[in-house]
Amino acid sequence: MDMSNQTTKKFSQKNPEPNFSSGPSSSQAPKISIRNLSKSFGSKEVLKDVSLDIFTGRSMVVIGGSGVGKSVLLKIILGLIPADSGSILIDNRPLVSSENKISPELGKIGMLFQGAALFDSMRVWENISFRLMFADGQSRRHSRERAYECLSLVGLNEDVGELYPSEISGGMQKRVGLARAIAAKPEILFFDEPTTGLDPIMADVINKLIFEQVHALGATAISITHDMKSASKIGDEITMLHGGRIIWRGTPENLAQSGNAMVDQFINGRAEGPIRVDS
Amino acid sequence: MNFNIFETIGAVFIRLLRQIGHIVLFALRSVIAIITPPIYLKALGSSLVRIGFQSLPVIGLTAIFTGAALALNIYDGSLRFNAESFLPQILGVSITRELGPVLAALMLSGRSSSAIAAEIATMRVTEQIEAMRTLAVNPFHYLIAPRILATMIAMPLLVLIADIIGIYGGWLVAVYALDFSGTMFIQNLADFLAQRDVTSGLYKAIVFGFLLSLMGCYHGYFSDRGAQGVGKATRTAVVASAMLILASNYIMTALFVEV
Repeated sequence: MDMSNQTTKKFSQKNPEPNFSSGPSSSQAPKISIRNLSKSFGSKEVLKDVSLDIFTGRSMVVIGGSGVGKSVLLKIILGLIPADSGSILIDNRPLVSSENKISPELGKIGMLFQGAALFDSMRVWENISFRLMFADGQSRRHSRERAYECLSLVGLNEDVGELYPSEISGGMQKRVGLARAIAAKPEILFFDEPTTGLDPIMADVINKLIFEQVHALGATAISITHDMKSASKIGDEITMLHGGRIIWRGTPENLAQSGNAMVDQFINGRAEGPIRVDS
Repeated sequence: MNFNIFETIGAVFIRLLRQIGHIVLFALRSVIAIITPPIYLKALGSSLVRIGFQSLPVIGLTAIFTGAALALNIYDGSLRFNAESFLPQILGVSITRELGPVLAALMLSGRSSSAIAAEIATMRVTEQIEAMRTLAVNPFHYLIAPRILATMIAMPLLVLIADIIGIYGGWLVAVYALDFSGTMFIQNLADFLAQRDVTSGLYKAIVFGFLLSLMGCYHGYFSDRGAQGVGKATRTAVVASAMLILASNYIMTALFVEV
């Protein structure tokens, strides 16, 4: 079912700027449902009543400038930091994760971190098979086999498996991070700035791998990025955050004709416009 | 300048209480992680090797020089009362009850508490702890519990070894520098030392092990961002664990000594 051109107001009924050009509208329950999420740090409101639905098999890219709350949104979804209010449902079940407790719903999730966040005391193959061995209780032998399978899926050869993260390049670390994210065949994948710090060719390789792996797994994906090329390549839908609110949502094809001055300024990288950069 | 001293004292006191509460909660979560599954035996084993086995040289050297210096000091002091023959007994009690556990703990706090804090803080800064959570593994089970448990297991063993090496250092000085009979030294020591002299030191060692590893884990886990944050976490862990070791040593000594 192609939902890409259907209009929706699924997210943020309270949102004061409902300029959402596209998105899925379906009788099926969303895979991830974010409801009225708010978060402040001291007096600074980072997220204001954000609501968003992401349907099974869709790849959602969240764009926005630095400090608009993209990473905070992702960390709240993952239960790494608590929200002040609102809720997150995965498959209609609340994600209750805190410092004390790992939610079982986290078992469905794989994540690629901005800096790859590989465990530097472990070999590459141990990094990839970490969840299989320590969370899923699979044997070392089976986990190792799966790790090498994932290495080949991300285009790395077997020799890399025996190296430590400090012995490989940044681009290879990102690929290993992706291999680790997909090793347990998660239903949901998160990508935090997947192409940041990479040269354009390596960035394209990572985009291609993300696209392939998300579709191969049939996973639901949320990515956050500044990189508009990356957003267009890996996303079925794009959401723009600004000032802690969702200001636009639509397909990559509609991005250039969003009719939203902020979106237009952001995608064209102009200093002049309604988005002010604090000096 | 509108400066209210009571307001300042109150704010410092509240901050201190909040910090203590935070540490107590962290300690409780750590204990829960230690006593509940899963237990990561490989992580425990590698922590035991790093914290216990690899600390042997530094603990051994500390003990032998301390025992040797202590023997000289006891001899010099007791000579004033013509009580130099009590050297083995005083040396034995001093080392097993106080110097063995306290010095071993202080050395381990410098070596291991700092290493634990730096390692965990670096993991925090590079998002490895967050990554672990997204891989559905609880960092308290995988990172904190093995380190604390390993230190609590290693400390009494290290103290026992420190006791033996420390007494051996004193024996060397007594026999080769002070003309004591080696056999008589051992005989006097064995006749005088009570079991509780040694066991009280070992009980202290377990508590010290808990405190110094807890401080390493706590300050590493809640480290600030950046290289400065890692440095601060390391420094604070060592200072806090040394202070807690000395303070808890007095409390435990007061409990063990029958006055």
